[in-house]
Amino acid sequence: MTQKNEVLLSVRNLSVSFTTEDGEVNAVSNVSYEVRRGQTLAIVGESGSGKSVSSLAVMGLLSGNTSHISGEVEFDGQQLIGADPEDVRKLRGNRIAMIFQDPLSALHPYYKIGDQLIEAVQIHNKISDSDARKRAAEMLDRVGIPAVEQRLDEYPHQLSGGMRQRVMIAMALINDPELLIADEPTTALDVTVQAQILDLLRDLQKEFGTAIVLITHDLGVVADLADDVMVMYGGSAVEQAPVREIFYQPQMPYTWGLLASIPQVHVNSTRLDPIPGNPPSLINMPAGCVFAPRCTYKDQVPNNLCETTKPDLEGTSEGHFARCHLSSTQRDAIRVANNIGRSS
Amino acid sequence: MSESTPILRVRDLQKYFPINSRGLSRRHIGDVKAVDGISLEVMPGETLGLVGESGCGKSTAGRAMLRLLEPTGGEIEFAGQDIMRMKKRDLVPLRREMQMIFQDPYSSLNPRQTIGAIIGAPFDIQGVKPEGGVQKAVQDLMERVGLNPEHFNRYPSEFSGGQRQRIGIARAIALKPKLIVCDEPVSALDVSIQAQVLNLLEDIQDEFGIAYVFVAHDLSVVRHISDRVAVMYLGKIMESAPRELLYTAPVHPYTHALLSAVPIADPDRERARERVILMGDLPSPSNPPTGCVFNTRCWKAQDRCFSEAPVLRELSAGHKAACHFPETGGLNAVAVNAPATGSDFSAN
Repeated sequence: MTQKNEVLLSVRNLSVSFTTEDGEVNAVSNVSYEVRRGQTLAIVGESGSGKSVSSLAVMGLLSGNTSHISGEVEFDGQQLIGADPEDVRKLRGNRIAMIFQDPLSALHPYYKIGDQLIEAVQIHNKISDSDARKRAAEMLDRVGIPAVEQRLDEYPHQLSGGMRQRVMIAMALINDPELLIADEPTTALDVTVQAQILDLLRDLQKEFGTAIVLITHDLGVVADLADDVMVMYGGSAVEQAPVREIFYQPQMPYTWGLLASIPQVHVNSTRLDPIPGNPPSLINMPAGCVFAPRCTYKDQVPNNLCETTKPDLEGTSEGHFARCHLSSTQRDAIRVANNIGRSS
Repeated sequence: MSESTPILRVRDLQKYFPINSRGLSRRHIGDVKAVDGISLEVMPGETLGLVGESGCGKSTAGRAMLRLLEPTGGEIEFAGQDIMRMKKRDLVPLRREMQMIFQDPYSSLNPRQTIGAIIGAPFDIQGVKPEGGVQKAVQDLMERVGLNPEHFNRYPSEFSGGQRQRIGIARAIALKPKLIVCDEPVSALDVSIQAQVLNLLEDIQDEFGIAYVFVAHDLSVVRHISDRVAVMYLGKIMESAPRELLYTAPVHPYTHALLSAVPIADPDRERARERVILMGDLPSPSNPPTGCVFNTRCWKAQDRCFSEAPVLRELSAGHKAACHFPETGGLNAVAVNAPATGSDFSAN
């Protein structure tokens, strides 16, 4: 059998850009990451940070006519960028599956849920209609949908949002994928339903050993599920580390800003400390560090380096990388002075 | 706060949306009881958080209490005046005292108007002539909410989501209202921008003494900004209390479940805590359960909960709950009594 901790997905220097009327949009620049079997990597970022686009590129779901993709994506030893689309299609929905944010627009409104699930099975496996239906019923039952036989013959609009997301998860997991890419899987859901879905993902991962790439903007969800975290900003990975490191030893001013921006449910917060300004335009990227225009610590770096030179992703400790010109002494001092990363 | 009188007093507010049969006759066959008898008070300068899941009626309640939606029943008193029985025309001068900020900064601004015209509209509508002219007033407001005053001739499409929300705020505070109903004002924004707007709302409240009814689904945001919090479920208030009490010693099982469902952005804490996971989904507000509306998902429900609807009653000073069997002993007591965490979704 395959080993746990073995690298399943390896992304190297992935860049994605789109040609638009206004110019070249650099949605993702030079992103590298690895996902191990059975582990969860969370990709965190705000809108426009490139977190979704990078995973669409991995899935081969970006049209080659409008987008330019470079870099390497290796899934279980197989190169996906530049591969025959037919080969990638055989992986998609089979060994790699995806859950989208909005299940209402990701499910086909005209087809019964059962038919959509059965199609997902039969497209990759030669099995009879009745066996496929049995498999669909099993999977719906596994994700906690009651009255399965009746649900199979219903249409997506007849289900609630939480139930639809369960159908999406059932469809994604029906061929027992090794990798699941979940793009904001709970953002459209209410908190009590979100808690159910997060719990379900956790259980299913334990049961099937699926690796998960979890794309989200919600740091609570990250804290709940992730093993490793990649923080994205303006198309770049600005910090990558194991989950506890990101929350307790963050090294990059943008991550500090994110952590200071969120009110917490378990404590009274007095005043939030927001990041000033707005995210960068992906057309006119800053010449230096992508975060420099909003960074309050850039003056501590001599020679205006932050504005002129893009910092490399440098290792700060075992498995922890950050893109920042500040020295580690400076970062430590700032973290202590501002009480950043302490568990409250 | 104690000696002053409420700026807004709502009693037994109802808003039903009729359901008509299909076909020509369009007979009235039922109602969606979006808001079903809620009572609350808002003191001058305070923030009342109105929190709940989608479909609980919080937004409808926010609109109905300003009569932006015509309520089906109940009493509304604003600054001592009964506005429920007032003619719409007589209500117009009062409108300058009560304003609204909307969730979607894209659809709540007219794309064909410059933001100068948008922010200046309240002056024109109310016939208010500010000192130094409307344009100066508009530019002062823009400066106050953190927009560049030179941009008054630009259109909404030229601004980002966070900036648009600032435009909406500038419009709402133009006439120095006493009350603003904020309907999910930050939920369309990214977290770093959300914090900017929350801080702005707090600053403006301190400066002008405006009372907020803050309608939101995000419990962390509501805890951050509110003085008092009311939790809604299926058109009713389940529990209301000063912020601290509601978040540290909630008594209604629904409040417990809701708080327990929010993931904490702190991995050690998040993974160590016990969770209450509710089963099932929200029932339909057109056909709510009899008795307590929460009985289909409540792990403590007993016979009485299915036959008799609990009334919202005061359990301790300022702490009200609508439950026959309220919790005692704070958050930890529940984790022991509640159904185990895990994935038992099969029921319901």
